[in-house]
Order: sequence, then structure tokens, then C-alpha cells
Amino acid sequence: MMSLRLKALTKSIWVYHMSTGSCNNCDIEILDLLTPRFDVERFGITLVGSIRHADAILVTGSLNLKTVPRVKAIYEQAPKPCVVIAIGACASGQGIFKNGPNCPNPVDSVLPVNVYIPGCPPKPEAMIAGIVKLIKELTGKK
Amino acid sequence: MIKYLFNYIIFPGFLFTAVIGLVASWIDRKVTARVQWRIGPPWYQPLMDLVKLSIKEITVPRSASKGLFFLSPMIGLSAITLVSTFIWLINIDPGSKGFSGDIIVIIYLLTLPAIAVILGASASGNPLASLGASREIKLVIAYELPFIISLLVPIIKSGGMLRLGDIIAYQASHGAFLSSLSGIIAFIVMIFCMQAKLGLVPFDMAEAETEIMAGTCIEYSGMLLAILKLTKTMLMVALPLFLITLFWQGFNFLSLWKYVILLVIIILMRNTNPRVRIDQAVRFFWGKMTLMAILAVILAVKGI
Repeated sequence: MMSLRLKALTKSIWVYHMSTGSCNNCDIEILDLLTPRFDVERFGITLVGSIRHADAILVTGSLNLKTVPRVKAIYEQAPKPCVVIAIGACASGQGIFKNGPNCPNPVDSVLPVNVYIPGCPPKPEAMIAGIVKLIKELTGKK
Repeated sequence: MIKYLFNYIIFPGFLFTAVIGLVASWIDRKVTARVQWRIGPPWYQPLMDLVKLSIKEITVPRSASKGLFFLSPMIGLSAITLVSTFIWLINIDPGSKGFSGDIIVIIYLLTLPAIAVILGASASGNPLASLGASREIKLVIAYELPFIISLLVPIIKSGGMLRLGDIIAYQASHGAFLSSLSGIIAFIVMIFCMQAKLGLVPFDMAEAETEIMAGTCIEYSGMLLAILKLTKTMLMVALPLFLITLFWQGFNFLSLWKYVILLVIIILMRNTNPRVRIDQAVRFFWGKMTLMAILAVILAVKGI
């Protein structure tokens, strides 16, 4: 029973794309991930429009002051179990905005981030590798 | 009693239709992927989606009217289970199953899933969902008119039979209605109405993912969303089956190719068309499609 639960959760990941004030470069790479060249639907990953359908939240951008309450509200609306994936240098560790006055909060101080995928922007291959590592972590396989 | 429950829940009702529907929706996704030059999901993907959704948390919005929010997916699912049980049983045994006037009951039951979606979306208290609900209402009003007018064609051609079993028996002795001109026209109208009833592209404006997120099911999550998806999936079996019964001599397990042909038409139409606006859809159904349906009825009265 447990294995079927885990299998279903890891074989059908619906991702919700949340931009917290990014430069749109990571967002374009995420869209690249869904194009025929990479085709993540073969692993059951699809992009959904509503947070109520999401199993994974892809956070991009350097969380600025205006988006902090909105990000919190959106994470609270997501049905659990739900994982958070930080994509890009800004979401992973503030990037070049480390000393910026508008972005004092790192993403992982607001949300429980499960995976960090660094890069500016990360390649689609890097994102796939990150999600594979996450699935291995969740299922306990090496 | 036990026999009816068995018919309703296992064969040929809920479980059987759901399994066929899951296979059909996998074929849909796989062919779509191949059209877009992708590999596509594995065969168990629709089942995995349902299992995953059913173990997720159900979130209820604070502004929702809770009873209706929980109840409306159940209404849709029970209606579609009942109608698919009906159509399968009549096709398996056209002589004794069914009653006079069962076509009218089937029309009502086929409309119930759309009404359940409208109720659920209005109960969820989300502005985008209410936008989707208003589009769904307009779409229902638009496609029901040509659907019912073209439904008159097999009734007229069989000499006023209102029992589905009689229509199958009439076609078995006189040939399929699809071999006549009026039958072909009515069948084409029915295919467009079927696409709109299934909520697939080009008539998916109620659930338009790119403009109003997920529209009518935006606030649904977990088990309730799984039930909504399952209703759509089962509708994908019941509607083509209804069309085959009316126009194509009925369905037995040797004539699976009829269902496959209708499925291919649905998938190709979905992959080669953009989404139309709601006013374009209403104009299409009340204009061209209604005229074609009326023409088919006139031809059927003339006996062509």
C-alpha cells in the first residue's frame, strides 16, 4: 500500500510555476522543459494552472518584499503532500541580489525548500537531474 | 437487486466503463504526444493520476458553499455511471432491456455531468470558476439545440420509436442510418456536439488552462478533482457509444473498430484546432449546426 502511494506520488507530478519577481530567464527555461525536445510528460509531469492541483511548486526569482505574503498564501493553499523546488541562482541563494535592499528574505526562509537547482538560468537537463534526485530521495532508492 | 447492483457498479457500469475510459484517455494523450513529436506518457499514467489525486488533501475554500461543493462531483459521477450502464445493457441485449422513452432519459442524464460541473464551480466561490461556469452554461445552451434536433433523425427514420433497443433492432433489419444522407448529416452534427459535451479543444473554453487557469475545476483538489476527471473520462466512453447505437447499428464487442474510429476523430479534431471564443461557439452551434440538423430532419421526413 505504501509503495503504491509513493509510486503514484512520484509517477504523476503536477507542477505549479510560481515566479517571485524573477527576470523571466528561469521561467523560459521551465517552458523549454515542457517542449517536445525534453518532453517531461513521459514521466507524468505536467504543468497545471491552479495551485489546488499542484504536487510540486517551482519557485523562481529573488523573493522580493511584495511577493513574500503572496508566496506564503499560495503555499498554504496547496494540497499536501507538496514539494517545493527552488530553480535558479536567485531562488536557491539570492544570487546577485544578496545585498539588495528589496530582497532581504531568501526563499528557504519562507518556504520549506526540498530541492535547489542552481544556475543562471539552469539548463533543462539540470532541472530533470534535480527532479530525478528528488524522486530518489523520496522513494529511498540510491 | 444484487444483479442490478452488480450491473451498476462492476459490469457494465462503473468499473468497466472507467477502465475503458482510462485506456481511451491514455490513447488520447499518447496520440497527442505523437502528433506533437513527443514520446508521451506510459500506459498506466491516467490511473496513476487518479490514484495520486485520491490520496491528496482536499482543500475547501472559505467562501465555498460546502455541501454543494462536495455533492456536485458525486452527482456528475452517478449520472454518468447510470447512463453508461443503460447504454451498455441495451447494446448487449436490445430485445428485453430498456423501456419506451429511454432515449429521453438518456438525454437528461447526459446533460447532468455538465450541470454538476456548473453547480460545483458556482459553489466554489472563485471568480475564475464563476467565469468558467458562465461559459459552460452558454455552451450547454448552444450545443443542446442541434444535439436534440439531430437526435430526431433516427427517431423519424425508425418510424417514431422512442426505445433505444427498437432503434437497434430496426437498423439490424433495415441497415444503418449512417448509410443515408440525412443520417450522415445528423451524425456529423452529433460529432461536433460530442466534442463540446466532452469539453475538448476547440470547445474547452470552460476549462481554458491558459486564460482562466482551470476554470470550472480551479478550486477542486484531491479526491473531488479525481471524481471530476473520472466523469470526463467515462463520458468519453458513453457518448461515442450512444452515437454508435443511434446511427451505426449498435455496438457489440466485435465492432470495437467503430469506437476506435470515433475516438480517432475526437483526437484529431482536438489536435488540429485552436480554442474558439464562447461567442464563436454559440454562433457555430446555433447557426451552421442547427441549420444542418434541420436539413437532416427535413431529409429524414422525405425519406432520403
